[in-house]
Amino acid sequence: QKATVEVLDHLEHLALVDFRDAEGVERLQKAIQFAEQLHEVNTDGVEPMDSVLEDRCLYLREDDVTEGNCTNELLKNAREKVEEYFVAPPGNIPLPKLEERETFLQGS
Amino acid sequence: MKYKVFYYCNFLLVFRTLKLRKNLIKWVKYKELWQRGSRFIRVTPRSGLCHLAALKGGLRFQVSAALKEGHVTPTELCQRCLSLIKSTKFLNAYITVAEETALKQAEESEKRYRRGQPLGVLDGIPIAVKDNFNTAGIETTCASNMLKGYISPYNATVVQKLLDQGAVLLGKTNLDEFAMGSGSTDGVFGPVRNPWSYSRQYKEKSVPKSCSEDEESNWVITGGSSGGSAAAVSSFTCFAALGSDTGGSTRNPAAHCGVVGLKPTYGLISRHGLIPLVNSMDVPGILTRCVDDAAVVLGSLAGHDPKDSTTIQDNFKPFELPNLTDVSKLSIGIPKEYHAPGLSSEILALWSKAADLFKNAGAKVVEVSLPHTRYSIVCYHVLCTAEVASNMARFDGLEYGHRSDMNKSTESMYAATRREGFNEVVRGRILSGNYFLLKQNYENYFIKAQKVRRLIANDFVKVFGSGVDILLTPTTLSDALPYMEFIKEDNRTRSAQDDVLTQAANMAGLPAINVPTGLSERGLPVGLQFIGRSFQEKQLLTVAKWFEKQVKFPMIQLEVKRHYHGAFQHQKSAFFS
Repeated sequence: QKATVEVLDHLEHLALVDFRDAEGVERLQKAIQFAEQLHEVNTDGVEPMDSVLEDRCLYLREDDVTEGNCTNELLKNAREKVEEYFVAPPGNIPLPKLEERETFLQGS
Repeated sequence: MKYKVFYYCNFLLVFRTLKLRKNLIKWVKYKELWQRGSRFIRVTPRSGLCHLAALKGGLRFQVSAALKEGHVTPTELCQRCLSLIKSTKFLNAYITVAEETALKQAEESEKRYRRGQPLGVLDGIPIAVKDNFNTAGIETTCASNMLKGYISPYNATVVQKLLDQGAVLLGKTNLDEFAMGSGSTDGVFGPVRNPWSYSRQYKEKSVPKSCSEDEESNWVITGGSSGGSAAAVSSFTCFAALGSDTGGSTRNPAAHCGVVGLKPTYGLISRHGLIPLVNSMDVPGILTRCVDDAAVVLGSLAGHDPKDSTTIQDNFKPFELPNLTDVSKLSIGIPKEYHAPGLSSEILALWSKAADLFKNAGAKVVEVSLPHTRYSIVCYHVLCTAEVASNMARFDGLEYGHRSDMNKSTESMYAATRREGFNEVVRGRILSGNYFLLKQNYENYFIKAQKVRRLIANDFVKVFGSGVDILLTPTTLSDALPYMEFIKEDNRTRSAQDDVLTQAANMAGLPAINVPTGLSERGLPVGLQFIGRSFQEKQLLTVAKWFEKQVKFPMIQLEVKRHYHGAFQHQKSAFFS
């Protein structure tokens, strides 16, 4: 099964990471091929395993505030900020479609 | 009390243990014995190397004892290690060397020793930490452009625990970008060189093409992804290092660099502050020169952390390893599937020899089967990329890390930032992971992989349930490859090849340790892996210690040429033994 251009475009949108070149696309195709081997295993009646600690109970802690008040430290690492806000460019603007984007997939 | 005094005879190392009565042990006596021995060393005592060399037997108990007795001060130790780091800079093991903070910590430690109140065995011991652990005030990069210049506001729990014990943090070590890889070659700060490439043992066995160029092109990789940590421990620049282990990232470089690499049980050591790769398989790993040291470090790191809800709440009691003499009650399992295609004949021979060693000592050695072993690497591939796709989503440039100048919209800024910040390995894994998590593929790949994971974990449960105590397997398929050969295949292929033997322990969350066993025909270290039961680190380490004593792995004879300035300006070449 090879991934189609629509799927690749969809992946670029989801991951917000690009296939820089043909090598990138090839890498994904090989990864999919490699993962196909999983289908050889018979897993009828087997429950999926999320964590090796599944037999233990996850615990709750008291709803007390124990940390915080570290605004300055947290803001130190941000490049663009105004007073106590992180500054982001305007949101709600979707990534341009395949035809309008400058991406390697344009050529395929 | 037993004190070991080293006598050097040309290039051979001869150990002799002298039992000295407590009241005879004075600094003068020690110095006398030392000077007697130093007649045979090529290194001048002034350089302090032999002093350091004596403490390098690997046994931290020796160093700690030496610090306690005042034979060496923490500041001296720290300075020696720092100058050694400078002279072994060509190894590229360190990304950041925190000189000032290290010296400050060493001074504090010295004050404590003078008052007679050291915080513990680790007080004053120089350590290094892999660069994907957060360290307050020190740059944490994960060898990626995405986090270049990122100064963490907090210490990872494991780092904090070590600092609380008084350890001296020398710096952050190099790795594969975001710990993705099996060679420590894919970080933005360049590949890490294996210190054994510069050892007498390797040079003697390698065929020199030409005198000057062979060293530059012949060097071998450290393995990955904690290659920097392994190289740092192996080249004596620190006494212990932290790595991380997701698919073998601590044990693989430990095998290639000839050091002990311990992967504890998942849930024993806190992951708070470790920049995550795969949340359900990551553990902090410990690299040291001997098994006793690994037990000491484990003792100070393990335990419940309220900041990491995946740590178990059971009480952890630090232990001292008993000196095992009778192995007849042990049952060692040899999984036949670990005779994987591509396993070199040398390692196979070493593996059989080790099994025979146990058999001759009276242990029960049985062949066992872990039928789903060959699917573990595929399963890992799917689960890892899926979790990576999720974990790497936090890097958008808004709150920390690299931020692109693109300002048209939030999404395009994120996309541009991630384009610029990640290298192709990381991007490849994110995209593969997103593919496996697509609605149409979720059931077929992700859920399927989780089911296979349960099968793999059950294999282990079955084997341990049948009476086997410890599994003995090889750690790597071959000894370290030369860099020029390693880069011929891409990262994903190499990871799939190299993680085959180490991966399954991460799937099942079991503790595993690499013990350096011998040298290959090319003069490079080869290690064997022991896998134990969940949370039975004491048993695992006891057996590993017994094995380590039996094999007597040779010490690296590191040769550093004169033009690498540092502590060896007085002699032609320094022989570390």
